[in-house]
Amino acid sequence: MRLLQSTPMRRVLGLGPALGIIGFFMVVPIAIIVVFSFMKSNPYGGVNPEFSLEAYKQFLFERNLMDELVFNAAYLRIFGRSFLLALVTTALCLLIGFPTAYYMSRQPARRKNLMVFLVTIPFWTNLLIRAYCWILLLRDTGIINNYLIKWGIIDEPLTLLYTNFAIFLGLVYTHIPFMVLPIYARVEKLDFNLLEAAHDLYASRRQLMRHVILPLAAPGIIAGCLLVFVPCLGDFIIPNLLGGGKHLMIGSLIQLQFGGSRNWPFGSAAALILMSFVLIAMMIYVWGPGRKMKPEGGA
Amino acid sequence: MPKPAIEIKNVTKIFEGHTGHPVTALDNVSLTIDDNEFFTLLGPSGCGKTTLLRLIAGFEYPTQGEIVLFGESIRGLPPQQRPVNTVFQHYALFPHMTVAENVGFPLKMQGQQQDEMTRTAARMLDLVKMADFGDRMPDQLSGGQQQRVALARALAPQPKVLLLDEPLSALDLKLRQEMRVELKNLQRQTGITFVFVTHDQVEALTMSDRIAVMSMGRLQQEGTPISIYEQPVNRFVADFIGETNFIQSTIAGIESSGARCTIGPGTTLGTGATAGKGKGDAVTLAIRPEKIRLVKADGAAEGLKGRVAECIYTGTDTNYQVDLENSDVRLVVRGRNAITGETLFKVGETVVLNVAEGAARILAD
Repeated sequence: MRLLQSTPMRRVLGLGPALGIIGFFMVVPIAIIVVFSFMKSNPYGGVNPEFSLEAYKQFLFERNLMDELVFNAAYLRIFGRSFLLALVTTALCLLIGFPTAYYMSRQPARRKNLMVFLVTIPFWTNLLIRAYCWILLLRDTGIINNYLIKWGIIDEPLTLLYTNFAIFLGLVYTHIPFMVLPIYARVEKLDFNLLEAAHDLYASRRQLMRHVILPLAAPGIIAGCLLVFVPCLGDFIIPNLLGGGKHLMIGSLIQLQFGGSRNWPFGSAAALILMSFVLIAMMIYVWGPGRKMKPEGGA
Repeated sequence: MPKPAIEIKNVTKIFEGHTGHPVTALDNVSLTIDDNEFFTLLGPSGCGKTTLLRLIAGFEYPTQGEIVLFGESIRGLPPQQRPVNTVFQHYALFPHMTVAENVGFPLKMQGQQQDEMTRTAARMLDLVKMADFGDRMPDQLSGGQQQRVALARALAPQPKVLLLDEPLSALDLKLRQEMRVELKNLQRQTGITFVFVTHDQVEALTMSDRIAVMSMGRLQQEGTPISIYEQPVNRFVADFIGETNFIQSTIAGIESSGARCTIGPGTTLGTGATAGKGKGDAVTLAIRPEKIRLVKADGAAEGLKGRVAECIYTGTDTNYQVDLENSDVRLVVRGRNAITGETLFKVGETVVLNVAEGAARILAD
């Protein structure tokens, strides 16, 4: 029993399950992807166990008829488009999510709990089903267009489905809880006295928001942005279903390589490149300059 | 005559409770607070003193009545437009700012230049003896230090009135005693009107120029510490401030200096002013324990006789409980101990009680 009481031993035992799960369910698959990305593709699926850098070359170059490597920006463009999409979605989620979370946090306790519950309701249904519901709502003969025509607001159906609007709508809809909840968790703990103190010390509403509420909510905002940005970047269900797959996104690209294109090494390489971008972004967040506060510091 | 700093005119505040029952926090309170005064709102929790402070600060608005600041009504003005600052009970320092940034905050909000702001913040921190702590974060400070920073921050924009909401209640006794002296000095140095809210009568008596005693949303008495202590107008004030013996009695006759009251068969006591009561009225008498002197009953001494029922030694003094002869009244009497430290009377001893003239007060209600 003495062994169990010593702190290092306890720490190992305490962390054990978490380390085991992360090690097994994250490190192992990633290791497999890394190995695959350095192999040759097998046209019938899977990989040929031969070392090759072909997958990484393919990301930036293509082979012309003379079998020479020529720079090809197509995949970079897909990455750029996906980043932009994720960035805009994150910004929209923040714009809608912050006021929502702030409003929720200022309600009486019972209403607060109800609202948190309501925010989590979409999680109860599978994403695919919800995406198909949006198709029913948005298509030319969908519910929205039907009613708009019935009420005489429009004569011709609006093209809603398979547009950028539909993609953003779907992405914001599916990701907004991930923005609202971390911000809510942070803002809810905010000491109301601080807000009164700021007003008392001559801060206007705008100054209060900028100098007190936003800095104190920052850890929640950053967490929310990461939780929205990262999954958005790799999302392929919404761009495919609501965007009609007109423009390839990273997520769809990777999915294609493991599906129709049967190019597992390239799919693995694309996945790793995506992951390294995300990691770099997170490192900037963790070690970046100008951060006075620890994520858990403050109120 | 100088303008009063704050005039509270017939202010009533009713809160709509969660359950739908309105709660009257303040009931028709009128008060005048003079400029450069250390004014204390004293009362038990729930008496409305903090509500009154919040109304002055602008965090709440009165349901009825008006508050006038230096001759101008501040009706409807939000807190940021009132030349009044608050020191909060739990300090409310901004956790994401350094001490110096906290103190500079109000100046920044007012649009002051950076260098002027830095200078003022430094001067304020100096004033509260925290000059070396400007770069610290609030959570690196002790409670007493945070309190000083909160004071400096509230004083930095040079408010006309400083509101203090039980600022010392979270500090330990030693620190509290120190801060009492410092607060009083700070008020004298700055010449700013202080409105201080507390439930601690010692704080109120030691620091204030004037005190308003409140209970159940009503103003009970207003006056200097001495007048509040020596001439409590009612049972609540007499009981809340200091220790008091209450005696139920009847006025037996009116005398030139006051009244003579019956406190037992054949036992009477001379009192101070009659508070409008007449012969035959049932009244409550209040006597402070230290206004009664015990003398050995050796035949020569005249006055009320009693028997010591209990002695409680408290260091410099002993509190005696004395049962009066021919009466079922038991009085608490505080007596100095002998210079050698011994208590002067023992349990069971018969004593004579000398009640100073006017020490027994007839309470108005």
